[in-house]
Amino acid sequence: MVDYPGVVKPPFRLSMLVYDRRYRSLTIQAVVFILVMLVAGWLVDNTLRNLAIMGKTFSFDFLFRRAGYDIPQQLIPYNSDDTHLRALVVGLLNTLQVSILGCISATVLGVVVGVLRLSSNWLIARLMTVYVEVFRNIPLLLWILVILAIFTEIMPPPNAYRGDNPQAGMLFFDLIAPTNRYTAIPTLGMTNPPGTIALGREGISWAFVAYAVAIIAALTIRYFVLRRAKRLQDETGRRPTTWWINLAILLVPLALLTWHFGLHLIAPVMRGFNFVGGINLSNSFVVLWLALTLYTGAFIAEIVRAGILSVSRGQSEAAAALGLRPGRTMSLVILPQALRVIIPPLISQYLNLTKNSSLAIAVGFMDLRGTLGGTTLNQTGREMECMVLLMGIYLLLSLLISGGMNIFNSRVKLKER
Amino acid sequence: MSDTHAQTVSFVRDSMLPPEPPPAAQAGAIRWLRENLFSGPLNILLTLVGFGVLWLVASTIWPWLSHSVWNAGSMAECRKIIAATWGPDASGACLALIKNRWNQFVFGFYPSALYWRPVLAFGMLFLALAPVLFSESRSASRRVMALAVVLTFVIAQILGAPGMALVLMALAMLAWVALIELRPGWALLASCLYPFVAVWLLWGGSLWSPAMALAGFVIGYLVWRALSRLGMLAFALAVLAAAVWWLLLSGWVAQALAAALPLRLQPVSSDQFGGFVLSITIGVSGIAMSLPLGVILALARRSDLPVVKMFAVMFIEFIRGVPLITLLFVASLLLNYFLPPGTNFDIILRVIIMVTLFASAYMAEVIRGGLAALPKGQYEAADALGLDYWKAQRLIILPQALKISIPGIVSTFIGMFKDTTLVVFVGLFDPLKAMADTIRASFEWKGAYWEPYIFVGSIFFILCFGMSRYSMYLERRLKRDHR
Repeated sequence: MVDYPGVVKPPFRLSMLVYDRRYRSLTIQAVVFILVMLVAGWLVDNTLRNLAIMGKTFSFDFLFRRAGYDIPQQLIPYNSDDTHLRALVVGLLNTLQVSILGCISATVLGVVVGVLRLSSNWLIARLMTVYVEVFRNIPLLLWILVILAIFTEIMPPPNAYRGDNPQAGMLFFDLIAPTNRYTAIPTLGMTNPPGTIALGREGISWAFVAYAVAIIAALTIRYFVLRRAKRLQDETGRRPTTWWINLAILLVPLALLTWHFGLHLIAPVMRGFNFVGGINLSNSFVVLWLALTLYTGAFIAEIVRAGILSVSRGQSEAAAALGLRPGRTMSLVILPQALRVIIPPLISQYLNLTKNSSLAIAVGFMDLRGTLGGTTLNQTGREMECMVLLMGIYLLLSLLISGGMNIFNSRVKLKER
Repeated sequence: MSDTHAQTVSFVRDSMLPPEPPPAAQAGAIRWLRENLFSGPLNILLTLVGFGVLWLVASTIWPWLSHSVWNAGSMAECRKIIAATWGPDASGACLALIKNRWNQFVFGFYPSALYWRPVLAFGMLFLALAPVLFSESRSASRRVMALAVVLTFVIAQILGAPGMALVLMALAMLAWVALIELRPGWALLASCLYPFVAVWLLWGGSLWSPAMALAGFVIGYLVWRALSRLGMLAFALAVLAAAVWWLLLSGWVAQALAAALPLRLQPVSSDQFGGFVLSITIGVSGIAMSLPLGVILALARRSDLPVVKMFAVMFIEFIRGVPLITLLFVASLLLNYFLPPGTNFDIILRVIIMVTLFASAYMAEVIRGGLAALPKGQYEAADALGLDYWKAQRLIILPQALKISIPGIVSTFIGMFKDTTLVVFVGLFDPLKAMADTIRASFEWKGAYWEPYIFVGSIFFILCFGMSRYSMYLERRLKRDHR
């Protein structure tokens, strides 16, 4: 509303709230606000009355009471004497574990399949199309159940691996043994362990810290090396080769650390009736992880394919005409454009995967829904508090992921006039 | 130049030589193989790996599938037949399970004498959708309608619908097709009537209950028309009138009418629903109800009014941020808390409400995409014509935006249809887990692991794949008239 000199503003009348466009929007917003508040108030009032009738209160005290149930899969120490809060954290960590691992493996699978689907090889392209269509058009629940059935019905029992002439053979150079109860995988061991930092009941190995520091340092140095290369290129037009420096500053310290700690794989071995030495992953986790990977991988493959197809051929030809080497063409011309198309739907697939991990209920994996929304809810009878907390945590996870996506998006967004 | 040449060159060819046939390695199947399978070392490796995978899959599944038994009464009988035919070590598919129990996968515990009712309801769905979905091409629309009518009739006949019902069914469907062909404008009205008819067919009971629910909408519309010069106030009054009708009057009127003219179908309670009938009911009603809600939410999210926009964003982001499973648990555990003490209503209805809210948030995002894709000139042109906000939306913006978003709406529907299997976790009988478990729990079919999954999976695949092809077909068709 610009004030023009000489134009007298008409005095405000009440009817303007309805008929004058300048004020009407305020009226509408006030009405909507009041209506929404009324509905919310009605719902809250009903809830309070219902709770009063049932003699329940709304409080989160129960979180600090003894949980009294066991969780088979746990990333941090937990036993049935711990509180419901700790059970919640165990569940949340399980959700995060399967989600993060699922996102990584689904991305790898999706990228490979998406690229192969565009391959000039007729057979491979067709096979990948079949994979994508079959997995995309059948509910995830079916895949979870089918993979669960494969593990419980077809995989051999642990004792089939016993003896000198076992009925079942281990996979991948005797490193992995799928059984109908768990999947035995190798674990990492050190001949020269550096000790741990004690953090309450958990401990973080100094080796882990050392590796993290080495990787972060390598990335930092890489940043400076690339900046110097760019400066030299701007000054002289000649770009120094950097790839072997970057590779060396990453790999050499890692190799030295590995040699110093004596890091090696410990394969699971059969002792008695079970595998020991490695990690025995519960099949509920493996099944959920595999199903999420295969299902989401099919969606990611489509996204990757669309992203690659969206960069026109002329772009790579133009880059070649400018004299860019293939690696630089990929990193400077093709990827930035393709990623701009790929990243947003990819992140929403990550979101979907995280939410779909709640299907753990079908295999009995104790994720957040299994602990907080399952056993805790049933034991304490506090549906309201548990569901509020459960939805709040999922919401927070989603908002964090989509917040990250928005930051990334604004960074890679095409700078438009 | 040419003159000198003509003089100096002793021989000029005046006709082309016939083309030589390509060398054998460059033609036909061999060339195709070379180009598509064996063009380089990497491709040869990939091809070999591909054949290896194919052989692995085929050699695992084929013996099992080829040893399939279609005629048996139980799992034990099946195994006996397999052992007798292919030797004691052979394992085979017991597809007799599908033959014996397909009706449970499809209809759940719906009374078998009434199977024709869901069939009719879903046959009519195609008539209701034909004017909307295939508006691009009359011939496609006609084919779909003819197929729907014939198939509905034949299937109802096979499932043993009573003769009277068959005749009425045929008449109603033919009349509807005639309406669509002759008066396309009125056909949309018939599509609006469809949900009430479908509810009546599926749940049965008195015709007057859905009719009274419909009457509420009619009353609201009439009030709005009568008072339309009051603007927004008329809309509020119309909502009020409909609410008064539904809450206070309709029950009484329905009873009176039912007493005067009892038009009843045998009622079917919600716990008899199951299988694909349940999935499709939840999926279709969820999508149908979420569409208007999604439009409103999308408009609200793009609105200039900050308060309205804030509420829309909050709702959409909340729903999209939580898994459907938690919303279903809210439906089964908490919905009774939010309603006045003493209310207790049907679990299917509760699930449909939650699925609708869930789908409406996704729908809103799809439609928002459609609204954003519309060229800005359309909005400006509508403003320049002096149309107010609702008129501009109704006449200019939404018809185009919805058309662009149909592919997105279809893929939302595919996602939702697949998600309807999750209702098993709140105790409903979805076709995938609940039905398979029920059948496996019976004495005859103990130990049938793969057959139910194969059957249900292939039906899901056919339906979802069909819908995704349809959405791709639409995308191709719609591409032409935009940009």
